[in-house]
Amino acid sequence: MYKYDAIDRQLILDRVEQFRDQVRRWQAGELTDDEFRPLRLQNGLYIQRHAPMFRIAVPYGMMNSAQLRKLAHVARQYDRGYGHFTTRHNLQLNWPKLTDVPDILAELAEVDLHAIQTSGNCLRNITTDQFAGVAADEVIDPRPLAEILRQWTTFHPEFAFLPRKFKIAISGSQEDRAVTWFHDIGLHLKVVDGVTGFTVIVGGGLGRTPIRGQVVRDFLPWQHILTYCEAILRVYNRFGRRDNAYKARIKILVQALGVEEFGQLVEAEWAHAKDGPATITQAEYDRVAAHFGAPAYATIAAVNTAFEEKKAAEKAFARWVDRNTHAHKVPGYAAVTLSLKPHGVAPGDITSEQMEVVADLADRYSFGELRISHEQNVILADVRLADLHAVWQQAKAAGLATPNIGLLTSMICCPGGDFCDLANAKSIPIATAIQQRFDDLDYLFDIGDIDLNISGCMNACGHHHVGHIGVLGVDKNNDEFYQVTLGGRQGYEARLGKVIGPSFSAGEMPDVVEKIIQVYLENRHPDERFLDTLDRIGVDPFKNRVYEGRAHGKAKQKETA
Amino acid sequence: MAQLIQQNNVTVDAWTTLEIGEGETPDSVALPAGKVIFPLAVWQARKAEIIPGREHIGLLLLPDDKVEDVAADLAHFAVVAVHFPKFVDGRGYSTAALLRQRYHYQRELRAVGDVLHDQLFFMQRVGFDSYALKDGKDAIHAIGKGFAPFSETYQASTDQPAPHFRRRTA
Ligand code: HEM
Ligand code: SF4
Repeated sequence: MYKYDAIDRQLILDRVEQFRDQVRRWQAGELTDDEFRPLRLQNGLYIQRHAPMFRIAVPYGMMNSAQLRKLAHVARQYDRGYGHFTTRHNLQLNWPKLTDVPDILAELAEVDLHAIQTSGNCLRNITTDQFAGVAADEVIDPRPLAEILRQWTTFHPEFAFLPRKFKIAISGSQEDRAVTWFHDIGLHLKVVDGVTGFTVIVGGGLGRTPIRGQVVRDFLPWQHILTYCEAILRVYNRFGRRDNAYKARIKILVQALGVEEFGQLVEAEWAHAKDGPATITQAEYDRVAAHFGAPAYATIAAVNTAFEEKKAAEKAFARWVDRNTHAHKVPGYAAVTLSLKPHGVAPGDITSEQMEVVADLADRYSFGELRISHEQNVILADVRLADLHAVWQQAKAAGLATPNIGLLTSMICCPGGDFCDLANAKSIPIATAIQQRFDDLDYLFDIGDIDLNISGCMNACGHHHVGHIGVLGVDKNNDEFYQVTLGGRQGYEARLGKVIGPSFSAGEMPDVVEKIIQVYLENRHPDERFLDTLDRIGVDPFKNRVYEGRAHGKAKQKETA
Repeated sequence: MAQLIQQNNVTVDAWTTLEIGEGETPDSVALPAGKVIFPLAVWQARKAEIIPGREHIGLLLLPDDKVEDVAADLAHFAVVAVHFPKFVDGRGYSTAALLRQRYHYQRELRAVGDVLHDQLFFMQRVGFDSYALKDGKDAIHAIGKGFAPFSETYQASTDQPAPHFRRRTA
């Protein structure tokens, strides 16, 4: 992975000192709360229900074992011994003291970690595919360009105070694992006639106005990505709405102008910068790409007999291999997903002890590196098939081997009403109740691939819009209710789910999910996944079951007059 | 009164900014003598009156004002002031970048309004060279620490047109 050089490191140290001085001035009354707020937000620090929350960046999800050990230490020393991986490659601490944050930042800087621009109305952390560099379906490794973009976003002088936050995602594989259709800018790397470049998507987003992004440029050679992003950002910075925070994202501007007119403004702006000094040089690309070279893979057989034998002998191991490992482009290796979705724990939570176990596993079995996925799990990207059994046993002992990746209980879930001031409803207890209801592994495996995503309010931190089943906390007369959507999905065919009808109380939710699953099981054809059945039979059968015996919500009967 | 910072010093402001009062319009407002900064609307309406006989003319741009609309007039101005109604309104950064980079405006470019310590670095980078620091803020500390919190910069901007990657030696 990318190793910081003296300059990269110096900038982080400078940031620590800058923030220390900002905290001091705030405490001395030289900065008002209003003046301090955007500054602390741009260092990942925001005040929530119980305490400040503090978001640490894991740029494009890559980390080494020393960094994870430091996070374990920080969580133990300054918090309650655990952290929470978010859907955007960040680690969030729920209980730090504001006045400790300069010291936390100083400790993090020792291992090149920081909290730069993890919150606030600025260019945020760049996200990408958790299997970048190893996925069998990869076209181009997005990480060198993600790092080049990270540097460009860091302390960008013109775009530090945008109308609203701005998120960029890059994907370089056939399957889109980076939710690029729902980012402010989504970038798809591809090769056209031997030239590497991007399809540039703008104006996507979830949140309270979920909108699928639109292609603003079908193909942009890679050298131009910085100048092109500058052009997009300048148009947005100048013309994005600032009168209403709910209408300030770039998606609203793109909708208001139409993507054609927006694209014309961008192209006109870009014409001035194109081929200018910010055009990326081959030398710079090569310099950065050298950091992402393949690790020292051994030349081993694609099939490992001992591994096959263990799989045949131990059903539990076979299950885990089935769900929690991913095809690797190098023969004899696999990528492993360590599940942070054990039943009964808030999705994405990880204790300091678990972080240390993961760091050890990474050192022993995966070249000392790991990744964070937007599904809130941890990935060991380069494990030999021969080592999988040992990894499984050690992960299992640490509670990190729930074989549920892609299954119903491996939900995405936001912190919700337990932690978040903006919440309409709690979300973690809903996740837990559903996990308890579906605690039987045979049943879960039988149900198969399904994404269930939960958000505690329309800000959609839990990506409920793109869950096959989406659950959204809503407020009805000061009571917590849940609205259900069906049919959302991520990937290249990304789509928003549709609301099925009136909302439910918390107590009803496990039943509702169970009924939806039953309709699927009763109707599915062999080899049909949940989504396939849903697409084939439509949402009415699901509605009718869920709202059976209720006054409202069932599908309208066709009039037979 | 804001404290005007120029070249790392607090200096005396020789300019006054024309304000359009109650009941006045850009067409009706009296044009004072001396070194005056005129709002864009006044400039556009009264250019022909303003230009003759004045040695020093200033222009005030609000966040909504489009630089493109005055691009052809820039040679007239000894100072362009860009207004930040709130420091979190970042449109002025693009205004400044356009003035310097696209229209090659060379003379004083002043940040006015809600101008604070922690934004000076960004302002300097996009091309401001004069800063009306908000009243009551510590100008000495701002001069000492506000302009150079970081020892290097990655991106190209007005103050450093070459991005860091083009300046690497190794
Ligand atoms: C409790 C603290 C949190 C607060 C107050 C919060 C607040 C918000 C708000 C207000 C938005 C909507 C912004 C907009 O549409 O302009 C948002 C979006 C988002 N949040 Fe959070 N959030 C929190 C925690 C999290 C966590 C823990 C995650 C990850 C699990 C997360 C992931 C996201 C994502 C991915 C979006 C983007 C949705 C989009 O595309 O618009 N947030 N958050
Ligand atoms: S979705 Fe709503 S409740 Fe959940 S974390 Fe985001 S803002 Fe809070």
